[in-house]
Amino acid sequence: MSQADLSIHGQVSRTSATEIMTAPAFAVPAKKMAMWLFIIADCATFAGCLFAYGFTRNATPDWPRPFHSITNVALMTLILLTSSLTMLIGVRSAERADKGGAFRWIMITAVLGILFAVLHIREWMGMISEGATLFHNPWGTPLFSSLFFSITGLHLLHVTGGVVALIAVGIRYQGGRYNADDVEITGLYWHFVDLVWMFVVPLVYLMNLSH
Amino acid sequence: MATAETHKTGGIGKDVAVYVCLLVLAGIQFVIAYQDITTSQMFVRMLTVAIIEGGLALLFFMHLSENRGLMWFVLIFAVTAILGMQYGWTDSFRLVNGVPWAK
Repeated sequence: MSQADLSIHGQVSRTSATEIMTAPAFAVPAKKMAMWLFIIADCATFAGCLFAYGFTRNATPDWPRPFHSITNVALMTLILLTSSLTMLIGVRSAERADKGGAFRWIMITAVLGILFAVLHIREWMGMISEGATLFHNPWGTPLFSSLFFSITGLHLLHVTGGVVALIAVGIRYQGGRYNADDVEITGLYWHFVDLVWMFVVPLVYLMNLSH
Repeated sequence: MATAETHKTGGIGKDVAVYVCLLVLAGIQFVIAYQDITTSQMFVRMLTVAIIEGGLALLFFMHLSENRGLMWFVLIFAVTAILGMQYGWTDSFRLVNGVPWAK
């Protein structure tokens, strides 16, 4: 509503106009909106990495298929998906002001995140022991290793950051310094990390499975 | 600071149902990985399943289904960025179509 409309109709007070002007976008609290903007930006970052991977894979003959087993990646996927569910239960507990329950579920989520990271590092160590590094690939083009470690490393960095955030927010929520909104915002980030994994698994792992 | 928004969803039952759907879809991706199909067919099938998975996570885990305005805001920005990369990436056309082994 313009200033002219306000003065002509005279029905909207200055206080109401201020409220309209400062109303949060999409009726979403500012902190939550900031997280959504971060998620959109991060989505572009991961999309850039995956597009670069896709173009490079398509343009490189004899792209290596070094993965023999899906057990580890299937277990990692199960753990990350389950951690999203435990995070949701934590958010719902926080909405009900059940501090103990929310803290417990947030910590379970963090433990699942740590488990995921441990499995991820174990897989990395296996590949490194076979001679794969950021600049060297024993199965063919070094581009494979560069892209594999870059994309999964970026995701692992997000998981690690998420675990630290979960622990910090969980402790501060239980201590009364953070509220249920903060728990929900952290949950949004954690679900995003899960969402990215849904695209990394098929493109980076499953399409490079040796039959 | 506003208090936490209460979500319209009917509690944990719906969340568990979405979680099971995501597990099934992830399982389908693993099945596709063992199908005897071309790389491009595999890519299309896996990407389709991943987009469905991502949509479910966005709509129900991240509660976008409860705020249509925000949903369109996120979708338009994200899809614009992604399509920009597909069609605006330097040399993308040659990388996709110009190499002999691309088809």
